[in-house]
Amino acid sequence: MKISPEKALAIATLSRLEISPEQAAGLSVQMDDILGYMDKLNELDTSSIEPMYTPVEQPGFLREDEVRKDFERTEILRNAPETDGEYFIVPRIV
Amino acid sequence: MSQLFHHSLTEVRDLLRAGEVTAQEATASCLERIAATEPRLEALLHVSGEEALSQAEAMDKKGPDAARPLWGVPVIIKDVLATVGMPTTCGSRILENFVPVYDADCVTRLKDAGAIILGKANMDEFAMGSSTENSAFKVTKNPWDTSRVPGGSSGGSAASVAAGQCFASIGTDTGGSIRQPASFCGIVGLKPSYGRVSRRGLIAYGSSLDQAGPMTRTVADAAEILQVIAGHDPKDSTSVNAPVPDYLAAMGQGESLKGLRLGLPEQYWGEGLSAEVDAACRSAVELAASLGAEIVPVSLPHTEYAIATYYILAMAEASSNLARFDGVRYGRRSSQTQDLATMYTRSRSEGFGEEVMRRIMLGTYVLSAGYYDAYYRKAAQVRRLIRQDFLNALGQCDLICGPACPTTAFAIGENTSDPLQMYLTDIFTISLNLSGLPGLSLPVGLGKDTGMPVGLQLFAGNMEEAGLLSAAQTLETHLPKLPEPPLA
Repeated sequence: MKISPEKALAIATLSRLEISPEQAAGLSVQMDDILGYMDKLNELDTSSIEPMYTPVEQPGFLREDEVRKDFERTEILRNAPETDGEYFIVPRIV
Repeated sequence: MSQLFHHSLTEVRDLLRAGEVTAQEATASCLERIAATEPRLEALLHVSGEEALSQAEAMDKKGPDAARPLWGVPVIIKDVLATVGMPTTCGSRILENFVPVYDADCVTRLKDAGAIILGKANMDEFAMGSSTENSAFKVTKNPWDTSRVPGGSSGGSAASVAAGQCFASIGTDTGGSIRQPASFCGIVGLKPSYGRVSRRGLIAYGSSLDQAGPMTRTVADAAEILQVIAGHDPKDSTSVNAPVPDYLAAMGQGESLKGLRLGLPEQYWGEGLSAEVDAACRSAVELAASLGAEIVPVSLPHTEYAIATYYILAMAEASSNLARFDGVRYGRRSSQTQDLATMYTRSRSEGFGEEVMRRIMLGTYVLSAGYYDAYYRKAAQVRRLIRQDFLNALGQCDLICGPACPTTAFAIGENTSDPLQMYLTDIFTISLNLSGLPGLSLPVGLGKDTGMPVGLQLFAGNMEEAGLLSAAQTLETHLPKLPEPPLA
């Protein structure tokens, strides 16, 4: 499928990114080029192949679900752009 | 002691252990070297000189500690790994002021082993790149020729080690980001098996691919670092719960390579390989044969599909992983924040660079409804075929061997306008990340046309780093030693 500048703008919106019409024009060409190259995979018949999502072969494990405190609230809030000392502050939603 | 930087990590460690050099002297030597080279190299994003000297002074007061194998050894950490009290930016404006409250597991292990963390190395933003030109802060130069790139994304780490700013660095390798810059800068770069080194505190790009590992000036140095950072971490669900072998025991054992079957994949030794890289790597293979290795032809038939497979998976994982950068809990927040959606969008658009935005968008596209099966699932299926290629080949040989990169380090700016061309430079490194197997880039000489370092890559079976390191060290022992980079 051809990536038009309009399509690039729509993908940017889905990605929570903002791009200018000029950027969209450039990105659409580059994305088209890259996705065109990726179509190479269609040369292979993989209908009977199980997808491999990770190289880890061991089964995952779960830790005990217990309450614990690893960090102080002040430490967690230290990197936040805006806080009131207790919570993260974001623009008003309702 | 100002020339200490000429020594390898193991040599300095021995001097420190014997009390012939103090931790303060080792640290000061690296800081002097940083001061002398950094204006031209621009390898580092942060240097904690005073803290490091103060830590070294405290260590010297207590004296060398034989129980801590890296006692007093200064190291640099790629800026994608979390470090308490030290900025961790991932080479991105979006994390410009971020200071983690915890250390990455491998950083904790280095500190416990007595290493002194000197600072953080420059990198392509969020480890996306092959040249360190995508850093939001600076373009690192290759110490062999400052008009050329050091490789990426661990280019800052590689340049720093090659120039003697530290005795080792920790890099990360998602598609070759340890091995390719190691090859370009003439050092040893080891990507361990996926899960061998904890990924906790490694800010994720492609979670199923990212792996931290050592970047050093010798193979023995890489073994020393791996011995410290390898091991199970119960706080990382991708960490493999398996005993750590004695990598150091494998060092200095091999005078010959007799009994070693070295597999040469036909796909790595043909079209696209520059003449000088081909010549230097073939010469190293001939040396291996003269040392007793049996050269075995093998095939990795799905190699031509690796780049497409890798970029689909990596970009899909990146679009998901980088969703956490929304300007709420950490990182940059745009001043234009009239509503939540605008705040997210503006913060991300102001904070991320062009390559990161391109990969997030491509990842979003390949995961979107209607395209998931055509791209992401398809790539995951081909990934299994690529891994099976390696397993088949390793059934016929002990190690697989090929060039680390098709060319030596390219010029700054040479590939920046064509992202696809830049992606294609990763052809020889990417398959290994898809497979999860370990690989090492070993400097084997200088290209006769460019005079730049050439790296030979060795691949091993899963968790078989000991054999990999042992063979690499035997080869290294018999190869002519590279001169110091001209920056020295």
